[in-house]
Amino acid sequence: MSKLGNLGARLHRGEISYDFIGHRKIWYGISILITITAILGLAVRGLNMGIDFQGGAVFTTPKTSVSVSQAEEYAKDASGHDAVVQKLGNGALRIQIAGMDTQQSDQIKTELAQDFKVDKEKIAADLVGPSWGDQIANKAWQGLAIFMVLVVIYLAIAFEWRMAIAALVALIHDITITTGIYALVGFEVTPGTVIGLLTILGYSLYDTVVVFDSLKEQTKDITKQTKVTYSEIANRSINGTLVRSINTTVVALLPVAGLLFIGGGFLGAGTLNDISLSLFVGLAAGAYSSIFIATPLVADLKEREPQIRALRKRVLAKRAQAASTEDLVEARTGAAGDAAGEPEDATPAVVGPRHQPASRGRGRGGRPSGKRR
Amino acid sequence: MAAPKKGRSASAQSKPGRSLALILIAIVGLTGGMFASGHTTPRLGIDLAGGTSITLEAKSGQESAINKANMDTAVDIMNRRVNGLGVSEAEVQTQGNRNIIVNIPKGTNSEEARAQVGTTAKLYFRPVLATEATGPAGNASPSASPSGSGSPSPSASATGEKASSSSSESPASSASSSPSASATSQGRAVTDALKADSSPSASPSASSSAGASTPDTTKLQAQYAALDCSKKSARTKAGERAKPAEPTVGCGKMNGVWYKYLLGPAAVDGTEVKKAKAVYDTQNAAGWQVTMDFTGKGAKKFADITGKLAQNQQPQNEFGIVLDGEVVSSPYVSQAITGGQAQISGSFTQEEAQSLANMLSYGALPLSFKEQSVTTVTAALGGEQLHAGLLAGAIGLALVIIYLVAYYRGLSVIAIASLLVSAALTYVIMALLGPTIGFALNLPAVCGAIVAIGITADSFIVFFERIRDEIREGRTLRPAVERAWPRARRTILVSDFVSFLAAAVLFIVTVGKVQGFAFTLGLTTVLDVVVVFFFTKPLMTLAARRPFFANGHKWSGLDPKSLGAKPPLRRTRRPAGPVSGPVDPKEA
Repeated sequence: MSKLGNLGARLHRGEISYDFIGHRKIWYGISILITITAILGLAVRGLNMGIDFQGGAVFTTPKTSVSVSQAEEYAKDASGHDAVVQKLGNGALRIQIAGMDTQQSDQIKTELAQDFKVDKEKIAADLVGPSWGDQIANKAWQGLAIFMVLVVIYLAIAFEWRMAIAALVALIHDITITTGIYALVGFEVTPGTVIGLLTILGYSLYDTVVVFDSLKEQTKDITKQTKVTYSEIANRSINGTLVRSINTTVVALLPVAGLLFIGGGFLGAGTLNDISLSLFVGLAAGAYSSIFIATPLVADLKEREPQIRALRKRVLAKRAQAASTEDLVEARTGAAGDAAGEPEDATPAVVGPRHQPASRGRGRGGRPSGKRR
Repeated sequence: MAAPKKGRSASAQSKPGRSLALILIAIVGLTGGMFASGHTTPRLGIDLAGGTSITLEAKSGQESAINKANMDTAVDIMNRRVNGLGVSEAEVQTQGNRNIIVNIPKGTNSEEARAQVGTTAKLYFRPVLATEATGPAGNASPSASPSGSGSPSPSASATGEKASSSSSESPASSASSSPSASATSQGRAVTDALKADSSPSASPSASSSAGASTPDTTKLQAQYAALDCSKKSARTKAGERAKPAEPTVGCGKMNGVWYKYLLGPAAVDGTEVKKAKAVYDTQNAAGWQVTMDFTGKGAKKFADITGKLAQNQQPQNEFGIVLDGEVVSSPYVSQAITGGQAQISGSFTQEEAQSLANMLSYGALPLSFKEQSVTTVTAALGGEQLHAGLLAGAIGLALVIIYLVAYYRGLSVIAIASLLVSAALTYVIMALLGPTIGFALNLPAVCGAIVAIGITADSFIVFFERIRDEIREGRTLRPAVERAWPRARRTILVSDFVSFLAAAVLFIVTVGKVQGFAFTLGLTTVLDVVVVFFFTKPLMTLAARRPFFANGHKWSGLDPKSLGAKPPLRRTRRPAGPVSGPVDPKEA
């Protein structure tokens, strides 16, 4: 592990770094591609809305020996609607009947209890009216909008408006990707999913804020020197906080993974599973976007500012002057304008850290190399 | 808001022991409070404990009718109904601005409760034909012969009439006012009253059926005689299925004693009350009273009935305000009340007046409620979900601890201690919030708490990485900690603030499960800040004084050499760095 600390040290000193800013167009491109896929997925396939959003009932029986197909038949007979039956990890059955009126539920429950030969009180039921889901969704949208406005205001005050805009773009990016994945994979959307999605809001920004904080600190007196451009400092900030970002993301994902494991493996389905699934996808997207999208975007916006542009000119002029002297290392680590000889050493250096969020489970922890997976 | 006052950090630096003592006292105090309150576990929500949870949405013709006052009134009424079923500890609360959640614990008849909650409340003004205290033996003994009139009767009077504020709330005083009412005469009086009601002058609705065939009347009288309002089961049955146009029996509790009533057909419908409110009578110093405004039709009917009642003797000059079969008040009338305005006075406390006004308003409440979701969780499933949640939490915590130990070695002791303090605080506060604000731990809340493990650990990582950066700059540990703290603190505050903002917005805007989740997330975010400031930082300061950490022991997680700290003299930069990067870790 200390080797990672070592890596952290070299990242900290700028001995190794990946030119996130210089390669931003590639990452923008990738993100745009993913986002378009996500939007297409949403448009074409749509979201698989759960019972909570269309109205209907979910019955959960105790452990039973009745088979899934048998149960489907029972449920169809009892309700007159098609039913989806799932076997849960503990031998129980989960019966979903869509489009059913809540008023009929007691009668259906009684019939099911007779079919399954269990006590009626032992069947758990979740009945949802048709407009309940809409209400949840509306509230969620409302919350989302309010949160975005507040967070943009807050970040604009705590940092500056460019960072606020970049953070907002990253946030929208994360949410689009997460919902897109839901559409493409066809995971069921439940109120639990909405909860998870909304939690991403706060979390996706966590990493972004950590990078921005370091960026703000390092660019405090930027116009008073002529050694580095804004983009270069931004790049150094990302690299400097890379280990931190990886650690915070891994640590955030671990409990969620625990939830996912228990929710999916043990309970089979339900709130735990729904929340943790959307959180897991969203957190991963959030970690990616704070490094590859948010900060480069800030640099892009910043470079349009006259002051910063002037600085860039000065820096480049000075560098051209000193080009003959051996200031090679400076130019290399700084990286922005200098393409020569760079990709070959920059790329291997980043292989480890970039893949770590996904692969750093137990056991593999000491080997952050993506190549061997 | 990002930067706290400098003074605090200065004192934390110089006296780390003090903040540590502070937080330990806080934990001990809270834990003591938890045991003292007798609630040593958090209250569990329906989905973990089993039971039924009903979510209702208010519907109304006009959107403005869905306001806080009306919703609160509706909650009041539903509370009475559900808890009147013999369901103990059912809770009714508003959520968001148009939802009401009814939680019914397991082991009670949820179907009946559902039916009760779903139907609209019925409020009627019925003339009282007879009344009598029932209940604990002494009260209902035959020797208390004047008991027939022994009802506490606030008086109803026309507004503006100053003299009428006299009231007789105590059974004794009203009993003395009509000593003639004996048990035998009462029966006759009732029969008379029923006949009287069949006259055309009675309320229009009554005239059709009040022809009251004798068998019916006698049956009702028998029912009245047998009624024992001190029994809960009897009470629930008493007013059940009473048709507004027919006489019925009912129960009411006045001054802690249950009375039974024989009531005539409904004279005024609750929907004919335009509004009712509790006011304090400053002019006459008569205390709290309730004023009612009737609609045009209601006013006429009310004038009719009060005109008739005023001529009768106690208790037949009273009308019962009957809500869902229960007599909530039975004021007597001293004269006909015309003009569509009335006030009920008596020695009300503010709460009593408010509650009565609420009930009266309910008839006029332009809200109906639609069942949005009904969740029935069996005790077995609830237990299973609780078990799964706790297991997931344990796994998550274990994974985080393993990661921290592997990565931060000695430092992880501080992180784990902080996590445990945070967990202890969260648990104790959740347990205490149960009885105080009715917080119930549900599955999403458990989820929120587990997700919070990550948020809390993230703060330590931000702090530790900062310290390591300072060490890499070539500093020794103690100055490194003090230099790292202000920067880490700012980052932690900014990011926790964003998390908290998300939680707060979610809590305010959303309903149902989302709210529980948001609450836990917000709570743990706040606790995270508290723990980092008052526990982790001082502990780190103390630890920095230990040689184990200060000298950068190999296992301390702060070994300058393995962190690659700058040696006092700069080495030549290693261009080979990038190549060795991915190679080195494989050996670890």
